[in-house]
Amino acid sequence: MNSRAIEILVGFFMALGIAALVMLALQVSNLASFGGDNGYRVEAYFEDIGGLKVRSQVAVGGVQVGKVESIDYDMDTFKARVTINIQEQYNSFPLDTSANIYTAGLLCEQYSGLEPGGDVDFLTDGDVIEITQSAMVLERLIGQYLFSSAGK
Amino acid sequence: MLDRLQGLGKTGIGFLERLGRGHIFLARLLLALGSLVFKPGLVIRQIYSVGVLTLIIIIVSGLFVGMVLALQLYNTLVGFNAEESLGVVLALTLLRELGPVVTGLLFAGRAGSALTAEIGLMKATEQLSGLEMMAVDPYQRIFAPRFLAAVVAMPLLAAMFSAVGVLGGYLVGVELLGVDSGAFWSQMQSNVDFNMDLMNGVIKSVVFGLVVAWIAIFEGFDCIPTSEGVSRATTRTVVNASLAVLGLDFLLTALMFNA
Repeated sequence: MNSRAIEILVGFFMALGIAALVMLALQVSNLASFGGDNGYRVEAYFEDIGGLKVRSQVAVGGVQVGKVESIDYDMDTFKARVTINIQEQYNSFPLDTSANIYTAGLLCEQYSGLEPGGDVDFLTDGDVIEITQSAMVLERLIGQYLFSSAGK
Repeated sequence: MLDRLQGLGKTGIGFLERLGRGHIFLARLLLALGSLVFKPGLVIRQIYSVGVLTLIIIIVSGLFVGMVLALQLYNTLVGFNAEESLGVVLALTLLRELGPVVTGLLFAGRAGSALTAEIGLMKATEQLSGLEMMAVDPYQRIFAPRFLAAVVAMPLLAAMFSAVGVLGGYLVGVELLGVDSGAFWSQMQSNVDFNMDLMNGVIKSVVFGLVVAWIAIFEGFDCIPTSEGVSRATTRTVVNASLAVLGLDFLLTALMFNA
């Protein structure tokens, strides 16, 4: 085989390989929608985050608008500090938006749900979400139920 | 008694000697890579023989691995009413593990053995000494282009394996078994991370390419220059390279996904 044919085939091979990588990046991974860190960060303090994890999704009305970027424990307030990265195009949530932790599906994957409030000012980078509700922990619910039913 | 002890010692020394020779070989190989800047044609010819000729088996096995995975996963997931997660599980399995590893194994079998046999024959027919007689450095002319070609071709092949695997899974899962197409892709996209999953898979495949090429070229270079020696070196290449791929995969997985 002459060298021109070989070069054409190699070029075809490389193009195919790169096309496969691009296809994986755009179609399979989250690069297209949730790649990089372009967006703004807000913090929320929870009493109990349950099974929330880094990279869990953050949704408003069921639509994913961002993801959980980091979770740590704040020793001043004794609460869990969750840093949320919200995508740029969702930049007009009211300042009194509240954050909850819900469970999605039967496999108990937890996500953070935001509920917009009525404030005229918008959340911006570095703001803290004031109103939060902790995760429902099944053991605690059962404990409360037993406690209240024993009192009757 | 002493004879056996001597035998054991001899085996140990022989093993260490080979290991040392292998690393010196790798160092000289890496040094020779710089000279390839002036001769890209050599590398292209080698990419043809290690990459393009391996393409068919990679695509066919990728397709079938993806289809079988989808079939098996569907049967398990449907028990939990979670068949929409098929896309996620399929993509993560292929990108993180099966893509790089199976491609590495096939690459060792198809391209690695060919490399060893070719270089072993060159040694047996004294072509390598001939080159040295003509003051052509075999490291620059023979080994380095093959090494670089394998390192370039391997991640591309692994990417194609994963892409075709996902498509195969899509065919079986969505077209055949009736998983919802939207849920298949959207769950996949929201749960597969570009850096964490895709790039780690690419890093794995580059490492496997390096190791397979190194073992294959070294075995060919180090073989006993007879027909029997060449055939034994070829067998050793396939066995050692496959074991290296599997062992390294465990190490890399532990490093990457255990943090």
